[in-house]
Amino acid sequence: MTTEAADPVEAVAVSPAADPGFLQRYGTTIEYILIPGAALVGALAVFGIFVALFGKNPLDLYFYMYQGAFGTWFSWQNTLTRAAPLILTALCTALPAQLGMVIIGGEGALLIGALSATSIALAIPWAPPLVVQIAMVCAGVVGGGLWITLAGALRQYRGVNETISSLLLVYIGLAILNHLVEGVMRDPSSLNKPSTREIGAANMIGSIPGTDVHWGLVFGVVAAFASYILIYHTVFGFAARVAGGNIRAAKIVGLGVGKLILMICFLAGGAAGLAGMIEVAAVQGRTNANLAAGYGFTGILVAFLARQNPLAIIPVAILLGGISASGGLLQRRLGLPDASVLVLQGIIFVFVLASDALYGRIAFLKGKS
Amino acid sequence: MADGTIGLWTVPLAVFGGAVRVSTPFLFVSLGECITERSGRINLGLEGTLIMGAMSAYGISYLSGSPWLGVLAAGITGALLGALHAGICSLPRVNDIAVGIALMLFGTGLAFYLGKPLIEPTAARLPAIDFGWWSDVPQVRAALRINVLFLIGVAIAPILFWAFRTTRWGLLIRTAGESSDAARAMGYSVLWIRLRATMAGGFLAGIGGSFLSLFYPGSWNEGLSSGQGITAVALVIFARWNPMLCLWASLAFGGAAALGPALQSVGVTSGYHLFNAAPYILTLAIMIITCSPKRTLTGAPAELSITR
Repeated sequence: MTTEAADPVEAVAVSPAADPGFLQRYGTTIEYILIPGAALVGALAVFGIFVALFGKNPLDLYFYMYQGAFGTWFSWQNTLTRAAPLILTALCTALPAQLGMVIIGGEGALLIGALSATSIALAIPWAPPLVVQIAMVCAGVVGGGLWITLAGALRQYRGVNETISSLLLVYIGLAILNHLVEGVMRDPSSLNKPSTREIGAANMIGSIPGTDVHWGLVFGVVAAFASYILIYHTVFGFAARVAGGNIRAAKIVGLGVGKLILMICFLAGGAAGLAGMIEVAAVQGRTNANLAAGYGFTGILVAFLARQNPLAIIPVAILLGGISASGGLLQRRLGLPDASVLVLQGIIFVFVLASDALYGRIAFLKGKS
Repeated sequence: MADGTIGLWTVPLAVFGGAVRVSTPFLFVSLGECITERSGRINLGLEGTLIMGAMSAYGISYLSGSPWLGVLAAGITGALLGALHAGICSLPRVNDIAVGIALMLFGTGLAFYLGKPLIEPTAARLPAIDFGWWSDVPQVRAALRINVLFLIGVAIAPILFWAFRTTRWGLLIRTAGESSDAARAMGYSVLWIRLRATMAGGFLAGIGGSFLSLFYPGSWNEGLSSGQGITAVALVIFARWNPMLCLWASLAFGGAAALGPALQSVGVTSGYHLFNAAPYILTLAIMIITCSPKRTLTGAPAELSITR
């Protein structure tokens, strides 16, 4: 009797035993999708309540947000165009995060990258377009890269907190940009909006055939994939993750932590600088204060929402690109201020961070209950 | 002299007047952050708190006609944002620096959203005390028109210094900041202490924001604060978490920030933007000089994540 009584119990225990195997393998992945997803839904709900307080219908809000972001081919193109710089500025936060560093100065690297790219294009007006474009990419990457390397070097050699120094560098970068754009680099014909001279239509990088989405999106996606391979499938990336996990262990096994910090910071800043180059060579055609559009700051949110994973950054950047793309429609149809996108981004950010507390706590994903 | 022009003296005078005027938000934010960081937590969101404080002070002052009510509203708004920060940070595995960044973006966005209708109207401003009544020179009088909030801030610094050393609350905050285990062993809830310290810090930062919109520059617009909040957070680090040093550092910063407008007023316009970036460059320079990778900073609360 006792054995028979034990059997059904065992049978019950065995049948989900196939599940724990599945959950053990994919449980963390499911968590990484489920928890940020839930945070996103929660944030949207709170934002709905927020606009309802101002007498707007939340259902209208969600409808227009969808319409403005993904509803039509036009809005898709708008979304993807905005996602391109976001992928790159998110990498500026996500790459140093592998080392346990919190860099929030992507906006500064973007501005310096744009400035460097514009300078080189204006310096060689006689060169063929392809040469100019390649030079611009190099200048943008090096300019932005060095900018963030500065924050990394200060952390490594002087112990200066990189979060604060990188943010201070944003304001310094903006001041340098304004100084040059209103001074030596100013195009005398730009009266109301001080700008540099245009880099010329021939040097613009243009759109992906059949769309209005510029090539910057491809740059961003390639950079994200390259970062993923670098972090997860190379010795360099492994060393970086070891150093990020336990800096003492990394030093004991003889990793050059200082070198890792500088190289990762250079790549991170280079990504943001590339975003600046793209904004110049695909959208603005010149450098002016318009470039400080907040892509650098939204990129921080993208990186955190993607849990600093370079591949996850791509869909998250498209999602947040969509949110910012829908801002115009919300303004026209619902009369919401343009800052409503910022409010929603802030709410999402708060929810995503608060949801960090949930990891490992969802009972059915543990494969036990 | 008779026609009121005092030549090159204008620049140091304007820098002095500017130091007093511009330093006030730095002073309040850094004193507030000093309380929060002494309890072992860092709130980078004070940039957002500053802007929210500026917006709510302007709005309440416009609606009620009383600027002091606006100051109070700014403080309460700041305290609420502080409570939000502390509340999220009290969840397990949540990083206080990241929450600060989130609240910086959230506070800024919310202030721009709610403040949209406030860009046009003019609100009642805070009064100033005229310490320059003895002078005939308008620049001197302008430099010596000092706001009451500045004097309050100057008074708070030594009070805080004293409170940290001698009062029960000061000791509790420091205990929580130096060793949360010790505070817990004494039967105090560390989270509760930090909640109150962050709310107090937010309250002061909100008041700092009210100064921006109600006295200098004295209007509400979206470009009102550009990094004063975060500069003030950095300032606490090299003020070694000492309220009196926060006061001197804020004055130095105010002077640096006033340099650009002062030079512009005498006709030096080249490099205007670079002079405006002076406080950031100064912060960075001082951090480079005072920080060291070899040792933790003297006076740093041991529980603080930013110095570990």
